[in-house]
Amino acid sequence: MTDILSFHGVWVRYGAKVVLEKVNLTVTEGAFVSIVGPSGAGKSTFLRLVLGQEQPSQGVIRLDGQPLRPEPGKDRGVVFQRYSVFPHLNVRDNVMFGLDCQGSRVRGRLSGPSRRAALETAEAMLASVGLGSALDVFPAQLSGGMQQRLAIAQALIMRPRILLLDEPFGALDPGVKADMHALITRLWWEHKLTILMVTHDIKEAFRLGTRVIAFDKIRHDPQAPNAYGSTATFDLELDPKPPPADKGS
Amino acid sequence: MRRILNVRPQAGVKALLGLFPLLLLLLIYVAASTIQHTANPAEKILPTLGAMVEQVRVMAFQVDPQTGAIPLWQDTGASLTRLGVGLIIATAITLVLGLLIGTLPLVRATLSPLVAAIAVIPPIAVLPILFITFGLGETAKIVLIVVGVTPAMCRDLASHVAAIPEEQIVKAQTLGASTWQVILRVALPQALPRLIQTLRLSLGPAWVFLISAEAIASDVGLGYRIFLVRRYLAMDIIVPYVAWIAILAVGIDLALLAISRRAYPWAHPATAR
Repeated sequence: MTDILSFHGVWVRYGAKVVLEKVNLTVTEGAFVSIVGPSGAGKSTFLRLVLGQEQPSQGVIRLDGQPLRPEPGKDRGVVFQRYSVFPHLNVRDNVMFGLDCQGSRVRGRLSGPSRRAALETAEAMLASVGLGSALDVFPAQLSGGMQQRLAIAQALIMRPRILLLDEPFGALDPGVKADMHALITRLWWEHKLTILMVTHDIKEAFRLGTRVIAFDKIRHDPQAPNAYGSTATFDLELDPKPPPADKGS
Repeated sequence: MRRILNVRPQAGVKALLGLFPLLLLLLIYVAASTIQHTANPAEKILPTLGAMVEQVRVMAFQVDPQTGAIPLWQDTGASLTRLGVGLIIATAITLVLGLLIGTLPLVRATLSPLVAAIAVIPPIAVLPILFITFGLGETAKIVLIVVGVTPAMCRDLASHVAAIPEEQIVKAQTLGASTWQVILRVALPQALPRLIQTLRLSLGPAWVFLISAEAIASDVGLGYRIFLVRRYLAMDIIVPYVAWIAILAVGIDLALLAISRRAYPWAHPATAR
């Protein structure tokens, strides 16, 4: 397996406050990396770095060997806990968004035969996440779980090199959560995705991940709580997961 | 006994409740007018309904031999044209500036102090400048409306666009959207229903500026007429004119609301499918 993402001595400081210190890690292609840690341990900062929303104060991040572009791009897909679908577009147009932007630089909207081809791709993607019968519905009318399915389909249509999940199932009911776990496992397997998932839920981290990384502070000065930052304190490679049992749904 | 804050009127009851104060006000007026007229038949301050109906007939249905036009319609046409042109210009400026200030930090840093500075100037104080610059014709009146409502509209729209969740903007970029595409496909569609809403809220101030400009320098228009007949204490013309302005204002407001509901169902969750 080749390395897809690597951190080399990455630090993040806000003034005197150190958030991340000396983060060194590499992620291999096809891994499902769960990132855990207490609140304020820099999990979100780590994700923002990969997204390009934030730049390291020191150190280098590489994606496929190249220094990471310092802004979000279509090589990195993302699903946030909330607000990651467009409320003004129906389900179909939400998934079409990426294809529209790619195919039509000026109008941002495909038309004619290219639109029909894109529609087929989009509708197939929606069917595979279980939203094949809700194409004309607006996100506000979908349940939380359905909105996250939509957000995942929307991200996957661009075939990102890495899929970033920021507490994607944190706001969902336990039953819905289990369905979503099955879905993301199946999609990860089918699309041979590389996934970085930040989560609070340790059980979820171990159930889904092929690797679990914990962020925490290794040094702590009670007189100056901001003097030291977090880093990857714990990095556990799990046994390879068997392919998911349910191929359908 | 339920708390009064939990008592919600049903649809029919709600309409009746809303009608009640209007009818009460009308009743009080009629009573006061009758009492005044019994004491002094020549009384002008509280004209009777009959006198007002008579004036409506003269103003709204009879051609004025001096101008060859029916005054009410001539005034309405002139005022609505000024109001409409002013608001269209204000809305267009707001859409462009609000979108750019809301989405692009560089434009925000450059323009928002200017907009904030213009917004604190009382527009009526600028009116002499406008009359001197643009003359006493239509331009000055339209520019007053534009100057009066645009800054507040711009700030409202810009803050709404800036409040679009960061997640959506980042998501759009991860889907390959350029700056232009984020503005066109994420910011613009979400700005439009708010633009209509801020336009509805600006109707009140726009009428104030229109009537002021017409009162000061004009020869036709609803505000002109009211201030003209004020000299003769013609309350029987002024009151129907004010009522007519109220009807026009409510009508425009409801029309804008209907457009927004129809065009942007997702922005009105209660009416969405």
